[in-house]
Amino acid sequence: MAVKKLAWSSWIAMTIAAAAYLGYVMFASADKSFLLIGDATHGHYQIELACSTCHGDGFGGQEVIQNACTNCHAEELEMANDSHPAAKFTDPRNANRLEKLDARYCVTCHVEHQLERTGEMGVTLPGDFCYECHQDIGEKRETHKGMGFETCASAGCHNYHDNKALYEDFLVKHAGGEWLKPEGRLPLLSGQAKLDALAALAPAQVDGDENLLSEAAQLAANLSGVAPTIAPPAPVFPESLQVEGQLIADWHGSAHGEGQVNCEGCHQGTEAPWIEKPSIEQCASCHNEQATSFTEGRHGMRLSKKLGQELTPMQPAMARQPMHPEAGHLELTCNSCHAPHKFDIKQAAVESCLGCHADEHSLAYQGSPHHDAFLSEQQGLTGAGSGVTCASCHMPRTEFGDQVIVNHNQNDNLRPNEKMLRSVCLDCHSLSFSIDALADPQLIKTNFNGQPSAHIESIDMAVGRLEK
Amino acid sequence: MTTKLIATTAVASTLLLAGCGGEESAGISPQKFTDALHLVMDSDRAVYTKKVVGRLTKQEKVIKASEHFMDDKALPLPAQMFRFGSERVATKTNEFSYSLQSLWPINSQNAPVTEMEKKGLQFIMDNPGQNFYGEEELGGVTYFTAVYPDVAVAPVCASCHNEHKDSPRTDFKVGDVMGGVVIRVPI
Repeated sequence: MAVKKLAWSSWIAMTIAAAAYLGYVMFASADKSFLLIGDATHGHYQIELACSTCHGDGFGGQEVIQNACTNCHAEELEMANDSHPAAKFTDPRNANRLEKLDARYCVTCHVEHQLERTGEMGVTLPGDFCYECHQDIGEKRETHKGMGFETCASAGCHNYHDNKALYEDFLVKHAGGEWLKPEGRLPLLSGQAKLDALAALAPAQVDGDENLLSEAAQLAANLSGVAPTIAPPAPVFPESLQVEGQLIADWHGSAHGEGQVNCEGCHQGTEAPWIEKPSIEQCASCHNEQATSFTEGRHGMRLSKKLGQELTPMQPAMARQPMHPEAGHLELTCNSCHAPHKFDIKQAAVESCLGCHADEHSLAYQGSPHHDAFLSEQQGLTGAGSGVTCASCHMPRTEFGDQVIVNHNQNDNLRPNEKMLRSVCLDCHSLSFSIDALADPQLIKTNFNGQPSAHIESIDMAVGRLEK
Repeated sequence: MTTKLIATTAVASTLLLAGCGGEESAGISPQKFTDALHLVMDSDRAVYTKKVVGRLTKQEKVIKASEHFMDDKALPLPAQMFRFGSERVATKTNEFSYSLQSLWPINSQNAPVTEMEKKGLQFIMDNPGQNFYGEEELGGVTYFTAVYPDVAVAPVCASCHNEHKDSPRTDFKVGDVMGGVVIRVPI
């Protein structure tokens, strides 16, 4: 009897203890790793412990999850001219299709926390999902006869969402051409054009700042008769601070110095009189598109406002891709790639990347044809925009309104990599070569050191069908 | 355009509702509702086809209309305009839905799928000037389904379809019934 009583009491005590612990983890503790039901995908593991960002309070239904997906991804789907928007499937005529594949919800194809069955692009379905609605293509279209159901989306021909560079008329329009365009160039950044314009201004045209030219420079200009250029401004900072000469020299040589952005431009906030280490918010006050796109990629997503909670910055040690171990402790903020005060965009375009990334593709960059092109550009042998850095491909120069600025979401054109065709490859290469190259995993590993091993026939098919 | 369409639809529905007067409990019949919706859709598309696309591309020749209007910096085709409206409505309500279908669709996904759609599209081909009304059950819900003939209102409607490489039919002319607008209301 006593034994039974003891068993009951300890059972009750253990139940209460377990409930209390789980309740604490769920509602009070910051560390919720105990509740993870499985590792998150390669696109979400960075924020996998920001549970409420996707799950709300944990008791919402499918709609809460769907809203979380669209909260971060709706805009890019719109930009991608999504071929399968949910709105196409809500029509009752698709009811029998939705029974097989409920395309109204992202999680139908992209189930989270199921890493062991997650394929490329975070897809958790078997590879025959196209077949459910498009099985007639294999029979009706001459060129597609005999093709396996798994080839639709796996060979660089079709994507579920983004077909902006793969639709038939686009293939026809860009058929032909040399694999390497002789005059191929990347677009030039608006920022550089602005600095050039500023430097070309005569001093009188620069409003209200008489200190722009030192007296010595003015005198020299008067004597020589050569139009003076704008001298770097004198740094303005609190007297209590000791500022090294190198730091000032770095700033003078930077776009900020050239652009007359003084210390307080970054170090003074609306609330604090002096900010020791300016955060991304400070950068965003001038570089909004860059800062926002940074928080949309894997580098910066832990700092995204859309999370609704504050996380520490991403660190290479947290990453699943191979990284240099000695870089593991670094934190990914604006200043990680753009050394403070110097803000050298060339450094940010190669050195900063290779300081952390240690995968085959990254390690093969130096010595690749793209790197050779970069060196030639740096030596002045070839024109501006002819070099290809890590950033050239992964942080494409993009038109935002009337400006060309760098998209700081370095994953944007990798999901899937055919998104790179329009944003980058076609600036210098033919569409046919680019499609072949992006579909060759071995060539990607060697950082495009050589020619594609196989030919994707999509353009030939499109042109052939037109000729008939 | 779409906002205007929705706004006009709302006004049309309100007017019809007001017109019912004493029969408030019965409300508006599904057929009156779909007829009104179709009238708005049809009028707006005709206006877009003639006064925007036709005028700017054929008479004033200042801009082209293209299926790939983003890449070509051109005007969306009238049928695309119609579809975008339909998709936008789909994101805002499930009180009704509509689509543009044909027995000779350029995109095979726009061929009739349900039995009622097949019957309706055949009916409007066989009975010029008449609409088709029916009921069907889809996904466990019963719908009032109306099919309205979609006529080539301008030469470009016919020529564009005749010349498109994916078009199963190449002899359309102005005035032909090219397809149908299918409107569904859950009842």
